[in-house]
Amino acid sequence: MLAESLALTAALFIIGVIGVLIHRNAIIIFMCVELMLTAVNLTFVAFSRFYGAAGQVFVVFVMTVSAAEAAVGLAIIISIFRHRETVNLKDINLLRG
Amino acid sequence: MTEPHYSLFYVFHFYLFGVLALASALAFVTRTSPVPAALWLVNTMFSVAALFVMLDAQFIGVMQVLVYAGAIMVVFLFVVMLLNLGHPSELAAPRGKWWKFAAGLVGLGLISEIMVIARAKLPDQLIVPTDFNEKQLQKLNAVGIIAEPLFRDYLLAFELTSVLLLVAIAGAVVLARGRAAGAR
Repeated sequence: MLAESLALTAALFIIGVIGVLIHRNAIIIFMCVELMLTAVNLTFVAFSRFYGAAGQVFVVFVMTVSAAEAAVGLAIIISIFRHRETVNLKDINLLRG
Repeated sequence: MTEPHYSLFYVFHFYLFGVLALASALAFVTRTSPVPAALWLVNTMFSVAALFVMLDAQFIGVMQVLVYAGAIMVVFLFVVMLLNLGHPSELAAPRGKWWKFAAGLVGLGLISEIMVIARAKLPDQLIVPTDFNEKQLQKLNAVGIIAEPLFRDYLLAFELTSVLLLVAIAGAVVLARGRAAGAR
């Protein structure tokens, strides 16, 4: 089932990348990043069947980091929304030169 | 590489959850409203959790349901609720035609990269060895197989994770509190 898992991982990751590229809603873009992280976790788990459980330990770390990232990122989105009243990335161009 | 023989039951359910995950991900990425997108993503996470369980990672599967489908997605929905998004006038339209075209090109590029890597000849140290986890899983159990390396080989990283979480909590509170409360 290794080949099938890796194919599924690739498909999910590409769907995540395409989502980041086509959406302008900051919250949906965040969710696409979570999807990409999950796809990578599936790779770790699929390989950990053959290489030992260290891959599963890395999945635990990836989950922790993504939880922290979601908390901080959503706080940033709330903070931006308070200033600009939007989560549309088209309207958030403060750093554009 | 020798993979163990899988029963038809196993293969059928593996494909079932794989197709479910893919279909939910496609439905997720085509939504423009955040709430349906979040619910489709929860569906994807559940399907991937089922795949984790089928790939001998039972503990990771449970963590996936608790952390991703439970905690993280609830935080996303809370933010949608707090910001009162979801009115049709506030929905961010997806990018225009050329952006979709460019996104498709990037996707095609990534797929072709995978095709090239799949045909390349791998060096010996990258070739997958024979089944390793089966024996470990019988010796330890589903939790012990993670706990052994986590609290022995990766103890420092595990402890540093607590610092990361503390920083993230403090940062989230400071960022979300806003200027009005901070002035006082």
